[in-house]
Amino acid sequence: MKCEDVSTELIAYLDGRANSSGRRKIEDHLAGCAACRNRAEEMRKVSMLLSEMPAIEPSFGFDARVRQRVAAEPRRSWLWQLVPAPRPAFAVALLIALTVLVAKLPSNHQTVTPAVATSAQEQEEDFNAIKNLGVLENYDVLTKFDALEEAPATPSSQPDDKARQGDQSND
Amino acid sequence: MARTDVELMLDVKAGDDSSFDFLLQKYRSPLVNFLYRMVRDTATAEDLAQEVFLRVYRARKQYTPSAKFTTWLFRIATNLALNSVRDNRYAKLAVPLDAPPEEDAAPMELPAREMRIDEHMIERDRTEFIRRAIASLPEKQRAAVLLHKYEEMDYEEIARILDCSESALKSLLFRAYESLRVQLAPLVAQPVEQRAGEGRPS
Repeated sequence: MKCEDVSTELIAYLDGRANSSGRRKIEDHLAGCAACRNRAEEMRKVSMLLSEMPAIEPSFGFDARVRQRVAAEPRRSWLWQLVPAPRPAFAVALLIALTVLVAKLPSNHQTVTPAVATSAQEQEEDFNAIKNLGVLENYDVLTKFDALEEAPATPSSQPDDKARQGDQSND
Repeated sequence: MARTDVELMLDVKAGDDSSFDFLLQKYRSPLVNFLYRMVRDTATAEDLAQEVFLRVYRARKQYTPSAKFTTWLFRIATNLALNSVRDNRYAKLAVPLDAPPEEDAAPMELPAREMRIDEHMIERDRTEFIRRAIASLPEKQRAAVLLHKYEEMDYEEIARILDCSESALKSLLFRAYESLRVQLAPLVAQPVEQRAGEGRPS
């Protein structure tokens, strides 16, 4: 093992975490290399020096401040809890479902169209009925108009003529 | 039987805020210390630690125990610390080793009663010297040393927190300790007093 190869395993060796073969290789190298042996010893001392660093304690109000900030967190309603997790995936699935639903809407229009057409036809019939209403109102006047009796009878008017004759005989 | 961190966090996820309080009590001190050693300012460290806990709470509903809780916790803390350090790099961290100590250099560190004033001053200078050596490390090296030395995490966990491979982490740690060896050479040359409860390397 060369000096540069020691670098990757030296800390693990000093930690006591090197595996048996790695430990043996390093020990063999340290036994024959005064520079690396000295370096390893100084690193051990560095570790001891770091242990001298005192720990600090969080300030008196630390816990209270954390609890205060946690308590200030917005709580979601129970409805939100019903939304299955993961919520982004659920949102995407919902969006796709809505898109499919909207895409199907034109086929529903086809069922609506006949109804609209029927309605338009009815409107037209109503309009014609209203337009011809004046003629219907004058029907009695026209049928009892004397001048019409002199007119030649038409096939369509025969039933009316019979009825009229009946009326006259009744009179 | 004590609940594990993952069990506590799953309870928090289920709506049990008292479990969050357990986690707060357990990790408040390690987090504040880690962040203080990263940013070298007690107020900033506490603000960042609060932010870490708040982010943990906010993310409770999405929590899945795919890794150790501490990996997740310290990853949030490390990212926040690195951002804070980078934001204040020129204002706060360009401090030479021979600069005068700062006002808040040693918060809440009281001398032992039996220690004389001159001993305390020597101790304080020594501590400050070490603190500045740590602060002089590049941010990622510093985070690696702090997690390795003070949080006593294994390589795999530190590598996950720092988002690097284990071999890259070992190189990072070697460079960091090598740099500290040079920075602390005056103290390394002195005999080091062995203290109780020392961490790694052993």
